[in-house]
This record gives sequence, C-alpha cells and structure tokens, in this order.
Amino acid sequence: MIAFDCNLPRDGFAFDVKFESDAGVTALFGPSGAGKSTVIQLIAGLTRPQRGRISVAGKVLVDTDRGVALPTHKRGVGLVFQDSQLFPHLSVRQNLTYGRFFSYPGDNRLTLEAVIDVLGIAPLLERSPRTLSGGERQRVAIGRALLASPSILLMDEPLASLDTSRKLEILPFIERLRDDVRIPILYVSHSVEEVARLASTVVKIADGKVVAVGPPGVVLAPSGLAKGAERSDAVSMITGVFVRYDQEYGVTILSHPAGEIVLPGRIDPLRSPVRIVIRASDVTVAVGRPAQVSIRTVLEGTVSAIETRGPFALISIALHGGDRIAATATRLAVNALGLSNGARVHALVKSTAIDLRGVSGVLSD
Amino acid sequence: MWQITPDEWVAIRLSLKVAGAATLLSLPLGILVAFALARGRFLGRTVLDGLVHLPLVVPPVVTGYLLLILFGRRGPIGAFLEAKLGLVLSFRWTGAALACAVMGFPLMVRAIRLTMETVDRRLEQAAATLGASPVWVFFTITLPLSLPGIIAGVVLCFAKALGEFGATITFVSNIPGETQTIPSAIYSYTQTPGGDAGALRLSLISITLAFGALIASEVLARWTNRWGVAQS
Repeated sequence: MIAFDCNLPRDGFAFDVKFESDAGVTALFGPSGAGKSTVIQLIAGLTRPQRGRISVAGKVLVDTDRGVALPTHKRGVGLVFQDSQLFPHLSVRQNLTYGRFFSYPGDNRLTLEAVIDVLGIAPLLERSPRTLSGGERQRVAIGRALLASPSILLMDEPLASLDTSRKLEILPFIERLRDDVRIPILYVSHSVEEVARLASTVVKIADGKVVAVGPPGVVLAPSGLAKGAERSDAVSMITGVFVRYDQEYGVTILSHPAGEIVLPGRIDPLRSPVRIVIRASDVTVAVGRPAQVSIRTVLEGTVSAIETRGPFALISIALHGGDRIAATATRLAVNALGLSNGARVHALVKSTAIDLRGVSGVLSD
Repeated sequence: MWQITPDEWVAIRLSLKVAGAATLLSLPLGILVAFALARGRFLGRTVLDGLVHLPLVVPPVVTGYLLLILFGRRGPIGAFLEAKLGLVLSFRWTGAALACAVMGFPLMVRAIRLTMETVDRRLEQAAATLGASPVWVFFTITLPLSLPGIIAGVVLCFAKALGEFGATITFVSNIPGETQTIPSAIYSYTQTPGGDAGALRLSLISITLAFGALIASEVLARWTNRWGVAQS
C-alpha cells in the first residue's frame, strides 16, 4: 500500500525512515519529536525529502532519483490535522464538499450521504465550524478528507487536542472507517492505547529512525526498564469474550481462560472479542489468590521472565490460554515474594486504571 | 459663508474621481504584492518591500518629481504610453490618479499583508490536500480570509488619495477642473486674499469625507468578522 523510504537532514538528528505497509491501519508510534509527523508531511508533499521514494497504492508520489515530486494537490492523499483546520469562512456542508469540486466524479467512491451517516454529522451541516465542539470539528475534518476520495487517509495525532471523553467519542468512528469504509489509514500517535486498539501494523520510530515494525502485540511489548518512557509505555494486550453487561453496577464482564475480566463501562457485544490494552504499571502480582481485595480482575498464569534494573523489575507472565501480561514492580518486591521463572502467580489488574481508549468496542454515552 | 461654490463642487467631484480611480487601480496589484511579501520567498523580496514603502518616507515632492521625469510627455514611460495607447498623464486627472495611487499603495499593501500573514498556512495546506491547486487555494482560502485587511487597505488608500497634495501638485500641477483636487484648492485659497472662508469650507468637507470612509470600513470589518480570520 505505502512504500516509504526517505532521508532528510533535520535539526539535531538525521531523518532516515523506511517502511512498507498494507491495507488497514498502520500506526506510526513514538515519542514527540521522533519524526512521525515528518513522515506525514513527506507523504502529503508539504515537505520535500533530500533523497527518497514514496509510493502509495502503486502511484509514485516522490522519487528523487527520477526527479519525480508531485505537488500536494495531485497526490490524492487525505490529511486530518491534529486541530482539524476547518475553513472558518465556510459552513460545515461547504467544508465537506470542498474537495469534491476538484475531483473527477468518476473517482468518488463515497457519497456525501454515506459519509454524513458514518460520522453522524447530519445535524451539523448548516452550522459554522466555529460553533462546533472539538470532537464534532474533528469528525467533520475526517469527513472532508474522505469526500475528496483519497487513496489513503493520513491522520496526524487526530485526537491529541481533545479531552478524554471526546477521544472515546471519535475512536469508534475511526474503527468504522477501517472496518466498514475499508480505507487504508496511516495513523500517527504517541498513545499506546490508541495504537494498540486501531492498528494492524505498528511502525515504531525514535530519533528519526524506524526501530521496530510489526503487529502491535509484538512492537508494543515491554522493551526494557532503562527509561521512564519504556516503563510507562510498557503494555500488554489481552483478548476477552463478552459475557454480559451488568446494568446495576455499569460494568461489563468478559471471559478469558485465565479468569474473569471486569471493565467499567458498556461494550458493544457485536465488537466481541474485545482487545484490551493494559499498562504494566496497572498490574499487581500475587502469589496466592488474594482473599479480600477490591480488584475484581484476577488472571492466573506462570512467570515466564523477570528483568531487573536498578530498583525496578519487569515481570512477564504467561496467562492460561495463551496471552501474555507484563507487570512492573520493585526488585525488592520480587525478592520478598521469591518470584522466579515458572512460579505460579495471579496477575491483578486494576480495571478502573485501564484507559478505555485501549478497549475496542467501548460505547460512549 | 457655508455656500459651496460651483468651483468647489468641481474640486470635490474631481477628488472623489481621482481617489476612486487610484484605489481601484491599486487594488489588484496591491493584493498581488501583499501576497508576494506575505508568502513569497524569492530573491529581491526585501528590495520590493523597500520600494513599495518608499513613498511613505520620501518627501512627496520627490515622488511627484520622479513621476514627472518618468511619466511626463517626454519621459521614457510617458512617451511610450502616449505613442502606443494615446494615454497622457502629465497635467491630466489621470496623472493625479497615478500620483495618488503611488502614495496610497504602501498603506494598502501594508494592511492586506498584515491580514494575509495571520491566515493559517495549514488551512492552505489542508485545501491543497483536498485537491486545490495553488491558484484555487489563493482564491478560495487566502483571499476570502484576507477580506478584513483588503477592506482596511482600500479605505486607507482612498483616504490617503483624497488628501494627497505634494506629489500631485508637483506631477500634474493645480489646474482647476482638471487636476485641482480638494487639497490643491485649499492651497490656492490660502494663497488668495480673502480665501479663508473657502479654505475652511473645503477643510471641513475633507475631514467629513475621511471620517465617513473610516466609519464605513469599521462597519464592513465588523460584518466580515462574523466569519473572519479567528478560528477558536
């Protein structure tokens, strides 16, 4: 789908990124300033590479060796900015149809009605962008990009400027673009939860270089303990099957071979199985089954690896049924419990700490 | 005392005609130059910037004299225009319009440019990713969002043209009915014994016209601001 290989001198580091991606959502993941947005700018033609070649869906956008560099308006790539960038002098409807004016009617794969329906923006059409909330604005921006019939949708931190509830409001729409509209998406984010939830392929970037490419379960697996970012971004992904929604307490119960998972909020049963992203710092390890604790999610497994560094320890647990879960603890705690490889343990997950952005199929209220 | 004489009416009408022509002629070029200065990165940008602003700081009489040298009937451009287009500028109202345009141009460019610089470039980039070529981006995004500045520029240029004196009198002299605008007429009155009343009348008219233009621009600016530049 995308074949990307570009060099560009940047302040402080050399940008040298090469990756390929297929259909579905490809996430560019990494810390701020790593060069993720530069990839987007290069694909959209807002920045030129010093040397490189980019092709999208078989169309060569840039090839410095052959002197090819298409201008932005001929690239056919849709771009969704972090802060929507809706045209303030046009109505929502005029914003949506702006790109239609420049495309051949034969290229239009989506109708205005279909896009309005997918994004739920019918009541907003005659309003001015100034009167919209952040989440509404971002949905209109996505619709505007879609209606220009791009071969790919580039999303540059599309949720970064929204508050948590707005993020949860937008994520299901992006899932619909991926599953129903079936448009390839290149999604830039520094949120592990968003990336793990949406992406089929993750391209991890640091200091202008690709450090890992692969499925989220592999690329986002805990990488070490050396840096604070590595400890806080260490996540595991486990998959549970919807059992029931408890109306009285407002929690959803999922089943997993290693134990029951209790999540706050309502989950769409049609989206089951549910993929959940759990940060290693939200997982507690207990040797016996703890009798009286507030934590409801207790998963059984065996310790498969323990990595220590300074005061910290990273415990990897193979859960019954196949998934893996990682937990961070102090080295002191590991020694006090006498943990070693093969030890049977219980992983306690504090479900109120789980970021719902990382849970597929959550219904926002 | 308050009776406006027919000669004064002629001067007022001529002033409005000259200022109107000067403003309309300056506008397309003013927008273009403002865009080049706000967005362009080209060699000689600083020189263009300086050239445009020169009439603001050079004595008007110098500007008028340069116009006379260049656009006079024997000047290189003036001779060409007369031979090819039959257009004579010196000592005609058209020349007065040219002098006023040159003097008002920096004010117009400045106002438009300041607004254009506040138009978010990423809006233009967004339009480009939606398939708009640079020309379309300019006409559908940059220009509409610069409208408050364009209105301000037009009003400033018009007001400046109404009041222009030094360059006009140097280039096209002070011929009643042809090149005698309100300021030139006031000047003539002050040079004539007993002309005080006329000078005062025309001065008051001058102030009224300028004030009216400023109020008109304020109203228009409020009206365009409803959908103007600010995106919250």
